[in-house]
Amino acid sequence: MTWAALIALGAFHGLNPAMGWLFAVARGMQERSRRVLLLSLPPIAGGHLASVAIVAAVVSATASVVAANVVGIVGGAILVVFGLWRLLSERHFRWAGMRLSHPQLAAWSFLMSSAHGAGLMLLPVLTTAAVAGHHHMGAAQPSVAAFGGLAAAGVHTLAMFAVMGACALLVYEFVGVNVLRRAWFNMDKVWAGVMVGAGALTIALTA
Amino acid sequence: MTRWTPDPTFYPSPSAAASAPAEELAYVAAFDRSAQQPDAIAVIDTAPDSGTYGKVVGWTSLPHTGDELHHFGWNACSSALCPTAPHPHVERRYLIVPGLRSSRLYVLDTKDDPRAPKLVKEIPASELAAKADYSRPHTIHCGPDGIYISALGAGSGDGGPGGIAVLDHTTFDVRGQWEADRGDQVLAYDFWWHLTRDVLVSSEWGTPSMIENGIDPALLLGRQYGHRVHFWDLAKRTLVQTVDLGDQYQMTLELRPAHDPTKEYGFLGVVISVEDLSASVWVWHRSSGEFAVTKIIDIPAEPAAAADLPPALQPFEAVPPLVTDIDLSVDDKYLYVSCWGTGELKRYDVTDPFHPVEAGSIHLGGIVRRTAHPSFPDEPLAGGPQMVEVSRDGKRVYVTNSLYGSWDDQFYPDGVGAWLAKIDNDDFTLDPRFFPHGDEFRGLRVHQTRLQGGDASSDSYCFP
Repeated sequence: MTWAALIALGAFHGLNPAMGWLFAVARGMQERSRRVLLLSLPPIAGGHLASVAIVAAVVSATASVVAANVVGIVGGAILVVFGLWRLLSERHFRWAGMRLSHPQLAAWSFLMSSAHGAGLMLLPVLTTAAVAGHHHMGAAQPSVAAFGGLAAAGVHTLAMFAVMGACALLVYEFVGVNVLRRAWFNMDKVWAGVMVGAGALTIALTA
Repeated sequence: MTRWTPDPTFYPSPSAAASAPAEELAYVAAFDRSAQQPDAIAVIDTAPDSGTYGKVVGWTSLPHTGDELHHFGWNACSSALCPTAPHPHVERRYLIVPGLRSSRLYVLDTKDDPRAPKLVKEIPASELAAKADYSRPHTIHCGPDGIYISALGAGSGDGGPGGIAVLDHTTFDVRGQWEADRGDQVLAYDFWWHLTRDVLVSSEWGTPSMIENGIDPALLLGRQYGHRVHFWDLAKRTLVQTVDLGDQYQMTLELRPAHDPTKEYGFLGVVISVEDLSASVWVWHRSSGEFAVTKIIDIPAEPAAAADLPPALQPFEAVPPLVTDIDLSVDDKYLYVSCWGTGELKRYDVTDPFHPVEAGSIHLGGIVRRTAHPSFPDEPLAGGPQMVEVSRDGKRVYVTNSLYGSWDDQFYPDGVGAWLAKIDNDDFTLDPRFFPHGDEFRGLRVHQTRLQGGDASSDSYCFP
């Protein structure tokens, strides 16, 4: 269940053009090279992983010293507030440069993911896993907590990477960027709504 | 509020934008030279099957006088689809309208009634000066991370340096000065960019003291007006390279980069050479890492009898062409060149940017010729084709006739009038049904035209 949730959220992040696949497409189109597109994907995934892993590490570290349900409730509250802020604020990410080296591309992705609270969105999974870990210490079935937050971030990012790569190649090779005009659903609004929901769920599951 | 799907006027590529529907309205900046009446944004009907086609159908007066409206632009454009900071769910609905003389900035909302833009915000000169240390705001471009505005003067006084200020995309608050390191750049005028190359290009006119009381012959003959082009790092906001065209080439004004984001060239108009009064068009291009700027078009002055000339030109017995605006079609095929002195709009095929081929010419007005519009043959026209705007599909070209208040008075001392003409690009002829002029503009002069939904000089694209 938790693995499925991590993968589903990874796919959701990968699908969002703002999280990186569109940038990979633009880089590929600029140089008229599929290779440039493909080489752009790992740094973007790496930046996303770092952003998510920090949240996961903080949850794991906090959960080992504080009662897990406190982590869940506080984390959930942060998520609800952040989501509401994203929903109501009309500010957008600001970044002017487009010619980025691979390390800069990873840094861009890290900042983009962090500004959108990508890691925070995993809180329900991470904290409920932490609670489960506390309750079923030594239980036979492997839980996310047993693998640690980093593994959770890794699985999530793999899913994100796969969906992002598929979107980028599909648009670059077959569909064309004009599809954005009709198909680019306002992910930011959905995203913020998911965050508020995820925060509420976290509180409900851990309280 | 943001939209659920991208604003339909945003296009990822110039080729997609060329398929945009025809504009139904045009917005034109109108100003009262005497500063007695308020300036206004005039709205003109451009739908050919409408009963009011070619008529002024809307008029938004501003609350102050003496602003001298000049250039203006949209709050958002196709650059919102650029992938580093995408925000395509905002709306293209606000016109950012600077007063070139008052340094005031207005924000007009065109959404509720596109024929009656509504004033929603006013930014006083003091805010632009306090936050960005600039005055005399000029060109507006919607950037990926904010709204960029060039300004001719420093925040206090009538000198430089001029430069670029950035406004917040949503609140329109002045965020501050754009330049992190301007090097020795002092004069400012136009700017645009190659977004995907992280390059910003800027040009030079003069400081407020050099222009506001008219063109100063001593400064011109002393070669003191701008003659350089600056290339900046758009991400680092630093000056990287300056190219000096030679000080005989006075006033490097309009900059028109190729719309195709994989290209790295653009066109630049130079008003006058003090050696022979000719005007010229140049192309900038990257050559082994560095930018080079190459002259590709020379337009000579035309001999004239002193009696036919305004006092300022009588000693020369010639009419300078005065290339004061150029515009490049969205498909980068045609370059339109305004010769405001000789009263001519020239069209060049610039498919090969280094070898332009003249592909049409239209005469209207002119210091000596005074060519009338074919639909009003008894009305000799003053002024000449000046601000040029091209529709996104490249089929229609609009020209207005005022350059800049105090300069109009010198070159057309018996009155410059006010007119807006439309040219059909297929056969490059004037549209006989479209010529709002004279009293239709209520005694005001007309400068820049912006087309509803965007035009050839409003949008930048990140995808080829």
